[in-house]
Amino acid sequence: MGTVNLKGRSLLGLEHVSKEEIELILRVAKKMKKVVLSDDKKIPYLKGKSIVNLFMEPSTRTRSSFELAGKYLGADVINITPSGSSMVKGESFRDTLLTVSYMGTDAIVMRHKAEGAPLYATKCVKPIIVNAGDGAHEHPTQALLDMYSILERKGSLEGLKVVIAGDIMHSRVARSDIYGMTKMGADIHLVGPRTLVYPELEKMGVTVHHDIREALEGADVVNVLRIQLERIHSALYPTNREYARIFGINKEVLKAAKKDVMILHPGPMNRGLEIAPDVAYSDESMIQEQVRNGVSVRMAVLYLTIHGGDGSELAD
Amino acid sequence: MSLLIKGGTIVNPAKGQHEVADILVENGLIKAIGQHLAADGADVYDATGLIVAPGLIDMHTHLREPGQESKEDFHSGTQAAAAGGFTRVATMANTTPVVDNAALVRGLKKQAELTGVVKVEFIGAISKGLEGKELSEMGDMAQAGIVAFSDDGHYVQNAAFMRRAMEYASMFNKMVIDHAEETSLCKEGHMHEGLVSYELGVIGRPAVAEDMAVDRDILLAEMTGAHLHVAHVSTKHAVEEVRRAKAKGLPVTCEVTAQHLSFTDECLREYNPAFKMAPPIRSEDHRQALLEGLKDGTIDAIITDHAPHAFEEKDVEFCCAPNGFSGLETSLGAVLTNVYKPGVLTIDQIVERMSTNPARLLGLTDAGVLEVGKPADITVFSTDESWIVDRNKFYTKGKTSPFDGLTLTGKAKLTVVDGEIVMKEGVVTA
Repeated sequence: MGTVNLKGRSLLGLEHVSKEEIELILRVAKKMKKVVLSDDKKIPYLKGKSIVNLFMEPSTRTRSSFELAGKYLGADVINITPSGSSMVKGESFRDTLLTVSYMGTDAIVMRHKAEGAPLYATKCVKPIIVNAGDGAHEHPTQALLDMYSILERKGSLEGLKVVIAGDIMHSRVARSDIYGMTKMGADIHLVGPRTLVYPELEKMGVTVHHDIREALEGADVVNVLRIQLERIHSALYPTNREYARIFGINKEVLKAAKKDVMILHPGPMNRGLEIAPDVAYSDESMIQEQVRNGVSVRMAVLYLTIHGGDGSELAD
Repeated sequence: MSLLIKGGTIVNPAKGQHEVADILVENGLIKAIGQHLAADGADVYDATGLIVAPGLIDMHTHLREPGQESKEDFHSGTQAAAAGGFTRVATMANTTPVVDNAALVRGLKKQAELTGVVKVEFIGAISKGLEGKELSEMGDMAQAGIVAFSDDGHYVQNAAFMRRAMEYASMFNKMVIDHAEETSLCKEGHMHEGLVSYELGVIGRPAVAEDMAVDRDILLAEMTGAHLHVAHVSTKHAVEEVRRAKAKGLPVTCEVTAQHLSFTDECLREYNPAFKMAPPIRSEDHRQALLEGLKDGTIDAIITDHAPHAFEEKDVEFCCAPNGFSGLETSLGAVLTNVYKPGVLTIDQIVERMSTNPARLLGLTDAGVLEVGKPADITVFSTDESWIVDRNKFYTKGKTSPFDGLTLTGKAKLTVVDGEIVMKEGVVTA
């Protein structure tokens, strides 16, 4: 405690973040959640700081939760999207970053379709870069809020069987979950069609399945990823009907999991495809709570990277 | 005008020669090769401790002229060639417009003579506009002096079309250089497919795309009898199939780039677009197979695949960047560092793969050998001089290189074209 300090650090992914750093973020997030649940949600630790949300891809929950997180902390937050920016006039990403960074910006929260774009951004400009999702690479704050939600209900990740189901190959959430949860001691299992989950991924320290029941056997947590409907056109699976029948998470297949299994979904959901409606809204589901936790975790990340410290000044 | 290169080690594989000797050059030709030569009034270059080789030939380069002069032109590209120790380069047809007709070839040859620092050969397109639909006028281009046919940058997707192209090309004793990557398997990809691409979340270009393409075209070479030259082989299967084809006596040859011999896909973990190329930098097992293929002679030539882009084109997000980088100025150093130093090839074999064999493959009878009476195209290089690559010091317009910042051991010291010094100690003088 106290030796870990994230001040001035960019958060590009969880691959290069240590267990101690993850624990610090989750500890601070717990304090932030109290703020989110309170009547007066303003704690002005980032007063006088400015944050730019640079979202080159559509987003509802991530962008708005980063925006609220910044505002609850007292920072000035603006949003930039490609359709409303000079990117449509052909401005390069480097020049967009330069422009944004020279407005007294302390941090840039970015989402980009290109894997590695946040790392590239750190080489172009000085502000702290927080990755809000880069292509199919990483989405660290999503994994942090997944872990936070699990901790809230289970107390620890150590030894838990966590199943990540769906389109792993194209999922930035899956990669961040794998890096983060493995460090926290969870036993990660991936399941999905052979076209969307490659056996080679086992070299990342996980177990790969193509049979949903086998994967769910004794599971403590199931994280159901969104199926990207456009994938049908790349012959990655035949029909939504078949996907739902063979890989969909429903009450029936969940019988293989532990009784107190918890269900996560990063959203947006395709109810009836990867997840049955009665599962999405069941007691086991943490999906709505995840959204609330998303704000707390993002407050913790912005606080720790921009303001620094170990959060001991915050009320318990 | 005469030039005396004294005291160097002559490495001249075409004549089986490897000895310390002097070379005297007069009026653009090699006048004498021997011990203790003297010439009154000649410029003298002391090559003691250096290798004196027949001028290096890069049989696979992109000079970008006409139409893409923001990336490179004949002058800047041949300056880069001279700096890298090349006395001659063969440039690919994927320019704007595409080099797919004799009129263009004739005009460009004139232009390259005017502004080029080293000799430039032209490779004509297989298909009009590189579209793989109609044959370009191969015979006409052959008469205009092109050295080979290639749609490099594009795989000829239609097998029947490729068959006809190979049959037709074979009449002119020019090889068909094949950019072998099955398009449907790789068109969306940005790097070698494997654990690294899976971890990075980047769509891959699997090795099997090249494997299949090479298999198909070797079968077509067997059927048609045409000389197939596989461009930039990068997979173990491709090397193995070329080896097998050669053992069967088929007219199949191939080449490899210095970069595929130097790097693995682990280098892409930083998403640096300098490492982005097609075919992609592959995993270590493939790299080892390439070294093995060089060692046993399966791979005939080492090339640069110099593919310059304007800096701003490469200075973008990884998946948005175009393929290729500027290789002419680092190729020799990279080969000496990663192929000679570890003992994969001898210096004689390196000169063979970078001069003698390219000359033979391109049908250049006046190059690839040091011989009295022949044009004095000579490269002098050091095998032990260490230097740090600085892309900002490149002569090429394309200031992007995966070798930037790396230390290489071995460097071109003197480049002589038709008896004239065009580069000395790294400085291009023409």
